Amino acid sequence: MSAPATTATWAVRMSQVSKHFGSVQANRDVTLEVANGEIHALVGENGAGKSTLMHILSGLHTPSGGRVEVLGRDVTGWDTNEAIAAGVGMVHQHFMLVPTLTVAENLVLGREPRRGLQLDEARAVEDVRALAARTGLRVDPTRSVAELSVGEAQRVEILKVLYRGARILVLDEPTAVLSPPEVDELWTVLRGLRAQGDTIIIITHKLDEVVAISDTITVMRDGRSVSRLATADTTPRDIARAMVGRDVTLAHDFPANDLAARDVSSARAALEVRDLVVRGDRGTPVIEQLSFRVQPGEILGIAGVEGNGQTELLEVLAGLRRAHSGRVLLNGQEITSLDVRARADAGLSHIPEDRHRRGLVLDYSVSDNLLLGRQHHFTSRLGGLDKTRIERHAETQIRAFDIRPSDPTLPARALSGGNQQKIVIAREMGRSFTVLLAAQPTRGVDVGAIEFIHSQLRAARDSGKAVLLVSADLSEVLALADRIAVMYEGRFACVLPATECNAEILGPYMTGADREVVS
Amino acid sequence: MSGDGLLMRAAQAFLAPLLAVALAMVVGDLLILTYGESPATVYALLLEGTWGNWYGFGQVIYKTMTLTCTGLAFAYAARAGLFNVGAEGQLAAGGFAAALVGLLLPASIPGVIAVPVCIAASMIAGGASGAIPGVLRARFGASEVIVTIMLNFVLLALLNYVVASHMAVPETLHTAEMNAGFVARLGSLFPVFAGSAANLTIVVAVLVAVFAWWKLFRTRSGYELRAVGLQPDAAEYGGIPVSRVWFRAMVWSGAFAGLGGINFVLGYKHYYEEGFAAGSGFLGIAVALVGRNHPLGILIAALLFATLSQGGLAVNALVPKQLVDILQAVVILAVATTVPEVQRLLRKTAASLVRRDAAEATP
Repeated sequence: MSAPATTATWAVRMSQVSKHFGSVQANRDVTLEVANGEIHALVGENGAGKSTLMHILSGLHTPSGGRVEVLGRDVTGWDTNEAIAAGVGMVHQHFMLVPTLTVAENLVLGREPRRGLQLDEARAVEDVRALAARTGLRVDPTRSVAELSVGEAQRVEILKVLYRGARILVLDEPTAVLSPPEVDELWTVLRGLRAQGDTIIIITHKLDEVVAISDTITVMRDGRSVSRLATADTTPRDIARAMVGRDVTLAHDFPANDLAARDVSSARAALEVRDLVVRGDRGTPVIEQLSFRVQPGEILGIAGVEGNGQTELLEVLAGLRRAHSGRVLLNGQEITSLDVRARADAGLSHIPEDRHRRGLVLDYSVSDNLLLGRQHHFTSRLGGLDKTRIERHAETQIRAFDIRPSDPTLPARALSGGNQQKIVIAREMGRSFTVLLAAQPTRGVDVGAIEFIHSQLRAARDSGKAVLLVSADLSEVLALADRIAVMYEGRFACVLPATECNAEILGPYMTGADREVVS
Repeated sequence: MSGDGLLMRAAQAFLAPLLAVALAMVVGDLLILTYGESPATVYALLLEGTWGNWYGFGQVIYKTMTLTCTGLAFAYAARAGLFNVGAEGQLAAGGFAAALVGLLLPASIPGVIAVPVCIAASMIAGGASGAIPGVLRARFGASEVIVTIMLNFVLLALLNYVVASHMAVPETLHTAEMNAGFVARLGSLFPVFAGSAANLTIVVAVLVAVFAWWKLFRTRSGYELRAVGLQPDAAEYGGIPVSRVWFRAMVWSGAFAGLGGINFVLGYKHYYEEGFAAGSGFLGIAVALVGRNHPLGILIAALLFATLSQGGLAVNALVPKQLVDILQAVVILAVATTVPEVQRLLRKTAASLVRRDAAEATP
């Protein structure tokens, strides 16, 4: 579907919009024109200023300069209440729902239908049911939000905005937490809303999504709007170039992995897991009787919707969580009862899924962060740290992994997401190791850094390391892995050679609709 | 570039405390005016009574010693993410142990041996007092705030009982004078200090501050301790045994507080007396806060608070000495709201409360 470019009225028209926070310029002279009744993708790397721009549109921020028009009316500097009243609603990346209340109660929160002094429960449920039917956002209004799946919770978020009368919807990275079938459902809903005349702005940095759903694209880079494209006339490569400002190698430019080309089946397993059982924080089993092997020179990719035991699996492998039963072997050596440090010294590297919580001490300098987990190798007599060696080590790693800015004394907090992740990568891959656990290695990093990290992972594989890759991004697993396992409810629903996989085949396994017995 | 960074950091570190002192002085002005006195006169008197004569300055030095130790105690635990509110009890335990050892040693033992033994005793007793909340926190997850607060009552009551019923000189609340372990007063070296309580234990305090700085910022254990304090999850990921670090931090924290006891016992009176430094443990929290949990900052902050408490006595003739307590409180409040450690702690507490609510809410 092509953009209705001739439409005279713009749903949203932002011109020359600037916004600075202190000395940081988040937006400069941004132009955004969204036609009535279209789906408009706002794309760009992290930190390009997409969210700031949308916060200005939805009244959370006041612009420092420029003009904002909604449906032809000058609304520059309005507040959130005015935005909602005018039909502009934003669905945030993080859910803002009350888990103990029902779907209907969440939806009507703030504008409850009343009977006397009481909440008119029946009418609330009826209203929500009608709205759900009209929009195709199916969800039972009487269920409590705590019981909902992530996909359902997101539907509730969208319904909430619609219930308040929004006709211009802003969605901030809505697919980050969804499985492929759920993404398809979301697209159907968005197309339905468009057919009813609603306007949708979707923030994303996933190129395939942009192509799949949008009519028009605005690309942002370094706080500016750099181009406005009609989706029908463009390719993912053009979009990527506009985002980064140079040519990029996309993941699917690489030929499909060919397991037969490299004979790895005969080699001894670098990482082996036998009959692993793990209990969650509440004692419920989260991993049940899991067994698998990763060979040297192989990337085993674990796909699946988050929350199916991937986090716990990696924590057990890294030594951060106790296994209830089962064994873990590293190069044939039992490491089940070793602590984190002993595992690291035995050749295990770990890129944790949450770099802000685990991977980095954000207030430590880049140099101190490059030390984390290795500090006992930089200790001299009397327990003092060897400053000169630490500095030299930091300089080498910063250069080798192109961490920017290159000042080792800066706190890690001050670096961009991509460069923070490079610190973790440098620390874990810039030393001798045989097995690498890589969890969400490119989450929240920009396209340029993704390219770099992917090439590092491939290089590690090619030099004979075993890599266990866990990623919620299916396209990443498809692009990198030699074999792919789908994790569902603590088990592998399937393990397939990457050459036989695509999103259509893996999708049903991810939702538990399809299951293959894996010994 | 890094030189600029250092300058910036120093500016940031000193800005908040300086603003706090300025604010306190403005509040002090208003209070002094309500008494019909001239602020200039009162402040001049305050300075004259502290830094203006040798005796007053000696008293400031004396008070600085204890506050440095209790400030270090709080800061060391705080760097590991723990809130040691038990310096009051740990200080008393340290002082008592030093006095006990001094009583047990024969008078013939030379000072070079007796003094270090007494110092070690004070640190061990303080460290043991810190070990209790340390173990309870590391092993069972008991809140060190509650445990240290309650342990203050237990320790002080226990010591009072032991001293009053078994060791006190009749008609007093203190033990007999020690046989060995005396530290010279400054007055015996520099006659200008004559009469003041200042003694050479101040040198120990400065050395311990340097030691704490080295340990926190130049050793592996300090690197690990600060990582635990900033981000326990990242520390755990980095192979750092978080519980063990907590335990050790509490032991060292208690040892620093216990060391403060030698000021009165070895350097001044040569006996243990009930309530010999009451309030110094709690004031150490304020010292650490204003000193931003940095040993150098703590030395300066201890000097500031010692000056204020001694100055309170000097201005007592014109205004009530409680005026100085108010000044101290204003400094603490103003710094508390600006110091990032405090802000982080507040945020963390709020977050954990929200998490707990959510956990309780979901069945």
